[in-house]
Amino acid sequence: MIANDITVRIGGEAGMGLESSGAGFAKALVRGGLHIFGVPDFYSRIRGGHNFFTLRAAHDPLYSIADPVHLLLALDMETIRRHISDIVPGGAVVFDSKDALPNDLQRDDVLFIPAALTQLARDIGGLELMRNTLALGIAAGLLEFDLSTMEGIIRDNFARKGEEVVTSNLNVIRAGAELAAPYRADYPFRLHAVPDAPQRIMLNGTQAFSMGALAGGCRFVSGYPMTPGSPVLVWFAQNGAHYGAVAKHVEDEISAINMAIGAAVMGARTLVPTSGGGYALMVEATGFAGMSETPVVIYNAQRPGPATGLPTRTLQADLLFMLHAAQDEFPRMILAPGTLEEAFHLGWQAFNMAERYQTPVMVLSDQYLADAFRSLEADALDFDAVALDRGALLTNADLDALTERYKRYQITKSGISPRALPGHPNAIWVTESNEHDEYPRIVESAQNRSDQHSKRMRKAVPMAEDVPAPTWYGPEDAPLTLVCWGSTYGPAREAVDRLNAQEAGAANLLHFSGLEPFPPTAEAELRKAHKTVVVEGNYTGQMEFLIRARTGISLDGHVRRFDGRPFRPEFILAGLQEA
Amino acid sequence: MVTRDDYRIDEKPTWCSGCGDYGILNALTYALVEHAIAPHELMIVTGIGCGSKLPQYMRVNGMHTLHGRPWPVAQGAKLANHAMRVVIVHGDGDGYGEGLGHFVHAVRRNPGITELVQNNLIYGLTKGQFSPTSEKGWKTSTSPEGSTEAPTQPLALAITHGATFVGRGYPGELKHLRWLIGEALEHPGYALVDILQPCVTFNKPRAYDYYGERVYKLEDEEGYDPGNRTAAWERAQEWGDRIPIGVFYRATPGPTFEALDPVLKEGPPLVKRPLEKLTSAQVESLLAELQ
Repeated sequence: MIANDITVRIGGEAGMGLESSGAGFAKALVRGGLHIFGVPDFYSRIRGGHNFFTLRAAHDPLYSIADPVHLLLALDMETIRRHISDIVPGGAVVFDSKDALPNDLQRDDVLFIPAALTQLARDIGGLELMRNTLALGIAAGLLEFDLSTMEGIIRDNFARKGEEVVTSNLNVIRAGAELAAPYRADYPFRLHAVPDAPQRIMLNGTQAFSMGALAGGCRFVSGYPMTPGSPVLVWFAQNGAHYGAVAKHVEDEISAINMAIGAAVMGARTLVPTSGGGYALMVEATGFAGMSETPVVIYNAQRPGPATGLPTRTLQADLLFMLHAAQDEFPRMILAPGTLEEAFHLGWQAFNMAERYQTPVMVLSDQYLADAFRSLEADALDFDAVALDRGALLTNADLDALTERYKRYQITKSGISPRALPGHPNAIWVTESNEHDEYPRIVESAQNRSDQHSKRMRKAVPMAEDVPAPTWYGPEDAPLTLVCWGSTYGPAREAVDRLNAQEAGAANLLHFSGLEPFPPTAEAELRKAHKTVVVEGNYTGQMEFLIRARTGISLDGHVRRFDGRPFRPEFILAGLQEA
Repeated sequence: MVTRDDYRIDEKPTWCSGCGDYGILNALTYALVEHAIAPHELMIVTGIGCGSKLPQYMRVNGMHTLHGRPWPVAQGAKLANHAMRVVIVHGDGDGYGEGLGHFVHAVRRNPGITELVQNNLIYGLTKGQFSPTSEKGWKTSTSPEGSTEAPTQPLALAITHGATFVGRGYPGELKHLRWLIGEALEHPGYALVDILQPCVTFNKPRAYDYYGERVYKLEDEEGYDPGNRTAAWERAQEWGDRIPIGVFYRATPGPTFEALDPVLKEGPPLVKRPLEKLTSAQVESLLAELQ
């Protein structure tokens, strides 16, 4: 019997409620003391198509999903057709007995469990939609997972819909568990609740980043819905007011970022969440923020493009776009969290960086990081570590004491000019989009242009010291080093673990969460590596290009993926054979 | 007491001699003084064009933004600090061209913002191309055979989208313009004042001589009721032998965009609230959602 590292996949059409069912099951497993990693895989449509939710559970923390599936809950035949080959020998498929199972989908080494999902859901619960709940009941029964924990989730999730809804869901899930009983002897996989496990939390990258941003003093969010960036806008619209944060869904992305700039000049910490296509509309105003030295945090949850691309899927192909967006040059910071913990910490740090350097800070996430759920220890999001630093912000007392005309764009050694917020009688100035002098007045002289442009660009020097340095994972001095950035960290980390399990000390990982300014320690760290392979989610190798451009180091190989699907450890390991 | 000296700055405008923008700057400054608005209580948000350099020629807080974008910037400023007076100033190419979408969306939100438009029916700073308010048939460097497009109707557009103060001024009637801007500044909601701005260099046929013969004041028009929305909408599109100026439409506005926000409806402006770490109770309530 195997009772650790089990993957359950539930699949069906859009509109069947897979995401909430998957998240509910995941939460029950976490409450049962297991670690989980859950990833939705959805089409960009409201009805039809093929959606599925993959949920991996284990005793130790997980950083990725994996390929093998131990239990497939198929709400339609398409689910079996697509995933039958992923099922491990001895695994099981639960399917609706109203549909006949075609011969070509049968496998001798897989247990097929026909269940009258639709009919029983209707008969017992009164709603066909409850077939998910029935299927989860079967899963719990088959895996011997504690049913009372599942029932607790149902009570929490449906309480506001009334006792009647709670009772019918409970009846349905219990019926599912009973239905599974006769099959248990033929099924070798178990997910037992872990007794006395600490209470943990479960969240996705959207939540981790949003909470980090809120903790970091973000008090103004303006955005326009675009998958997969809009969940951050939705999070703030639903939660922000409770914590004093204004959230506005506005007419377009151009408006979103300009609104944030207006609020930032006045002194609010502002955030614009979007995806690559939405960011394309924000390019113009990014330059305005750079020129006017206005702090603003831009969050881009990347998805495949160009144009509309694959709205609900993942990619890491906006790095060079973000790096070069807008005409001419100005300093910017690019942060790319790889884990939920990093999404939280970079979430609050981004606002400090933006105000410290008075320039745009970009956080590059992607659909995978934004949507994937993971369990964490209850104290893993370290709110105590949060510190708010507003940089060179002048206080009212400073301004009271001012005897000369305030210089908003004062030339300084660091390039950072002391910043006043509008409203004080001694500090009256115009936030300028034209080239300007210190006050600022619109000035076109060559000398002034050189002085002001150099002043702005000089800020990149202290920024480089502040950008997160690349971090190592795994044994020192390994013969193979995987190099990654952003969300590829999770699957790459597990790939390294597996290599080291086969042969101790075989591989390690160098992870970049700070990409611009390029971290000054990167070159020395890369020179420590022997064979280097970059793992990244784009066609041309944007990170590899950047490393070569910034350090002159050519890396030895690469594993790339650009089909819109997240990396998995198996994909990386297979790729390494060719790299 | 606020005086004209408070707004004075030693900066020479880049405008042509005789440009309507001088009159607009003048009227605005007078109106601000008359209504006792001090420079530090005011934020003037402009787009890009000759007239949008206006905040550089007063001693005032300003945001000289991007072509077509002053509305979102201004609304963000107002939401962040609703104690501040926010005035948008832009031209017709800027606002009724590149920014027409932002304009309509701003109007329908009713932010507590006053908007002044330097409408010269032409692109001045780029040397005389036809603009969204140019008349059909207008010949310019980019419309050598004459523009084939009907002009935008910004006043009617604003009335359609729920604006409760819609007026038009003319620098040739400076006293009237001062009064009109003052009325707009006192309006407790979004207010639009479109201004016939003679461009004496690139639009000579639509300068003082043309307007002087045609402009009339709605305030002098017997029987004109600025409370009649339908009549205002029709009058807003009158153009030709007679060109109306004055208040086309005025009604009591509903609550402003900022007053309707759940965070802002009570308490001090957003940026006047202390920026502090989350309390342990707040952290607990965030984490409770995740268990």
